[in-house]
Parts: sequence; C-alpha cells; structure tokens
Amino acid sequence: MNVNSIIAESISRSTGQVFSTMVGVEIGAGRPFGENTAPQANEGVVSFIGLAGAWAGTGSLSCSPELACRICAQMLLCEATAVNEEVLDAVAELTNMIIGGVKNDLEQHVGPLGLSIPTVVYGRNFRTKSAGNTDWVVMRFQWDEEILVVKLCLEPKEQAAHVFLHTSPTQSCALDV
Amino acid sequence: MESNVLVVDDSAAIRKILQRVLRQTGMAIHTIHEAGDGQEALGVLGAQKVDLVLSDINMPKMDGLQLLASMKSSAIWRQIPVVMITTEGGETKVGEAVKLGAAGYVRKPFTADQIKEKLAGILEPALPL
Repeated sequence: MNVNSIIAESISRSTGQVFSTMVGVEIGAGRPFGENTAPQANEGVVSFIGLAGAWAGTGSLSCSPELACRICAQMLLCEATAVNEEVLDAVAELTNMIIGGVKNDLEQHVGPLGLSIPTVVYGRNFRTKSAGNTDWVVMRFQWDEEILVVKLCLEPKEQAAHVFLHTSPTQSCALDV
Repeated sequence: MESNVLVVDDSAAIRKILQRVLRQTGMAIHTIHEAGDGQEALGVLGAQKVDLVLSDINMPKMDGLQLLASMKSSAIWRQIPVVMITTEGGETKVGEAVKLGAAGYVRKPFTADQIKEKLAGILEPALPL
C-alpha cells in the first residue's frame, strides 16, 4: 500500500475522531492532495509537530483566527474572541491529538515513531519551509464556512536503507514510496 | 471519603477539560490540583495530600514516565495510583508505563465516560445528597 494513501486515510479518521470527541462536531473532509515543500505564504494560526523514527517528518494544522477561537470555545466551553494563549494552547493540543492518532496508525507500517511537543504560530504573511524533500499529504476539513487544513510529510530517514529493503531478494517492504 | 486528584499535563486546555470531566464523573472528589510537567507534579506531591494522579506521557522537563518512575521508587508515593492519559497508542511507551506500575491508561481523545470507567475502581462514588 502507498504510504501517502495510508497518511490520507489516517488524517481523515483521526481528525474526524478528535473533532467528534473533543469538540463535539462532525467535520466534513475533502479529497487529499499533494503539495510541494516550497515555502508557502501563511496567515492565521499554524501548528507543527515533529515525527521521528526510522521515518521522519512533520504534521501541521492551519486555520483562520476565527476558527481557532471557535475550536477553543467549543473545546473548553469558554468564550474566545481573540487569539490568546488559551486559544493557541487548544490548537496545540488538537494538533497533538490529531497527528498523535496518525502516528499510532503509521507505526503499524513504519515502526515506532516519536512525537515532539507541538509549536503554534499566529501572524500574517509568514512563510514556512520543511527541510525534507517529500511532498505534503494535505486534507481540507470544513466546519460551516471555515476551513481547517491538516497536512503531513513523512519520508524514510535513511533512503539508502529503504532502497536496500526494496531491492533485497531476501527482504520485502510493505510500503511504496 | 473524598479524594484529592492531581492532573499533570503540559496543555492547559487538557487540564481544564479534565477538571470539568472529573467533576462530572460523580466520584467523591475534594480538590483537583494541577501541574504542567513531572517536576511541578513532584512539587505538588511534596506539599499536598494526593490520592490519584492523572498524567500525560509526553511533556517537557520531566515526562510522565519519569514522574511515574520517581513515584514508584518513593516509599511515600508508591501507593498512589497513576493513570496515564496520552496520545501514545504504541506498545512501547504504554507498555513501559504499565511495567513501571501505572494503574491504567486512557487514550486521547477521550470521552467523559472513558475517564469515569477508568476511575471507577480507584475512586469512591460521591454519596447521594
């Protein structure tokens, strides 16, 4: 099975489950698509969390300030009218749970993975760049008129070792890259 | 008898949610203390009477497994049940927690019912008014 298909399926499942359980909302998922690693202009709230093991990569969530506030208000049953520490913390925890769920699914295919502490950025016209070479698997989710983007990039840490697994006559690899 | 619970998580959002969920469980809870990491939790344990610890695993400074190991190697805190609340679903960290003596674990995202079920054998239900 292709690793990008596993990532897309897992992002869809994990995001749906986290929203349903922690936010109390059924969120609609769009079709997955690929995105290259060129620096992207961003605006709003963006979070990142690192994955590391035999495969390594980054998971990310992004949304408008309005949606971040709405998520926080619904999750914590509080009022959130502006992006403050509480809102950023709620988005960080949402990232941790969604990408953590994806990590748990991926571990069945790529072995144990570690998860970093999430980082959340809020601002206007900033650019982000992943130093990896693999494209992101991107999924858009819709809550009324607002869009939440969840994406993840993952690649084998040792490309050479992975090529060996693909070409070795005595060993096989379950994943295409 | 009412119990004192210590919630350990680097996310203030999760601590707030757990405060709410714990109050909804119908268990006899007196005070809910909070700590943002394992080190802070050891400070609370040294200063307060705690009957149950709910702890995240992945935290900065001192993680949940280090906190659990510290508690289990202490003559004073060894008997306090520790339930891990974590996104970790892999055998490695959860297995390590169970090996270290965790009373159980709950996976994030969690429902109030899952927390209630996990604590049923540990805390006493509140007496009817």
